[in-house]
Amino acid sequence: MAEPHKSGTTQPAGEHKGGFPPFQSQTYASQLIWLVIAFVLLYVLMSKWALPRVGSILESRQKRIDGDIAEAGALKAQSDEAVAAYEKALADARANAQAIANETRDKQAAVAESRRKTLEDELNAKLAEAEKTIAATKAAAMSNVRGIAEDATRAIVERLIGTAPSDKAVADAVADALKRT
Amino acid sequence: MAANDPIHQFQIIDLLPIAKIGTSEIVFTNSAAFMFAAVIVITAFLVIGTAKRALVPSRLQSAAEISYEFVATTVRSTAGSEGMKFFPFVFTIFMFILTLNFIGLIPYTFTVTSHIIITAALAITVFLTVLFYGLYRHGLHFFNLFIPKGVPLLIMPLIVFIEVLSFISRPISHSVRLFANMLAGHITLKVFAGFIILMGSAMGAVGWAGGILPFGMIVILTALETLVAFLQAYVFAILTCIYLNDAIHPGH
Repeated sequence: MAEPHKSGTTQPAGEHKGGFPPFQSQTYASQLIWLVIAFVLLYVLMSKWALPRVGSILESRQKRIDGDIAEAGALKAQSDEAVAAYEKALADARANAQAIANETRDKQAAVAESRRKTLEDELNAKLAEAEKTIAATKAAAMSNVRGIAEDATRAIVERLIGTAPSDKAVADAVADALKRT
Repeated sequence: MAANDPIHQFQIIDLLPIAKIGTSEIVFTNSAAFMFAAVIVITAFLVIGTAKRALVPSRLQSAAEISYEFVATTVRSTAGSEGMKFFPFVFTIFMFILTLNFIGLIPYTFTVTSHIIITAALAITVFLTVLFYGLYRHGLHFFNLFIPKGVPLLIMPLIVFIEVLSFISRPISHSVRLFANMLAGHITLKVFAGFIILMGSAMGAVGWAGGILPFGMIVILTALETLVAFLQAYVFAILTCIYLNDAIHPGH
């Protein structure tokens, strides 16, 4: 098989290299040697060059994706924390405001109460005093009425009968009359 | 005549004599040329595709990454994570066969994988890798592979005989499956293509017009053969993984 095969059919009987091409055993040595060379070459190229190259690209992408996901997770945790802190601050402020409002209201109520009490006391005192004054004035007025009544009685009796009654009789009569009223 | 011979496409053509070893002539053939073309195509595909090392891959880089991950997933799911040490080996086999199959689908090219010597050499390489790695890794325990658990002693010899036989016949089925698929597919395509020429030359214009029927068949068959080209490369690779799994985990 040194010379190139004829490019004709393989069929003609008598031709030395005839037969079914895959079963032409004289071509096997050449095919095997080139297969070994090509296959080993391809294996070395793949295992030493191409596959590590593709593998490193895939790995770096995977790393990048994992890193991004981890970063996103960390940022999410951070934002959750911030939200929690904000909510806590809000709740604190609300509670604080409530406390201040309660305290102020209580204080104001106490102040108003005490002021009301003093005012009431003052008024009560004034009332008592006024009542006392009224009583005194009344007593004084009553005693004045008696004197006037006695004078008037004496004058009336003197005019009627011409003689002045005794002071005692007038006083008794007036007292008797006042008692009846 | 040549155009009509469905076998002609498998002819090994000598391109450049290299050396003579004993009675065998070493020649650079069309088969060798297509093997090196495949090596160049695969390497270029993976290296040029990943030239930019882009975080967001281009189409070519995406294809290169998919091929990597596809084989890696196959190896990992079939042979376990320990099988990943054979990943470059399986990847080389898969891409080599896949590329040779696809190149062979292009008209006027030569299909390297349609030669039994090539598929047999690949299958025997896998077989020997399994055998030697299994022995290296597990010593004589590797032969537990042939002794299934829970089999009654009485029929054990028969079972072991069958297991050994199936183990030894693996490279045969492994290689013939690929070889026969590629061979048959390409012959079928050629036969239908030959019908067009025959009808055209025998019946003139009517024949050429009628040739549309076998041509339609060729279109359909080409789609089928594209599937077969991928599927056979995949089957070869996944069987390699299954056999390697036996070498890594010989327990039945």
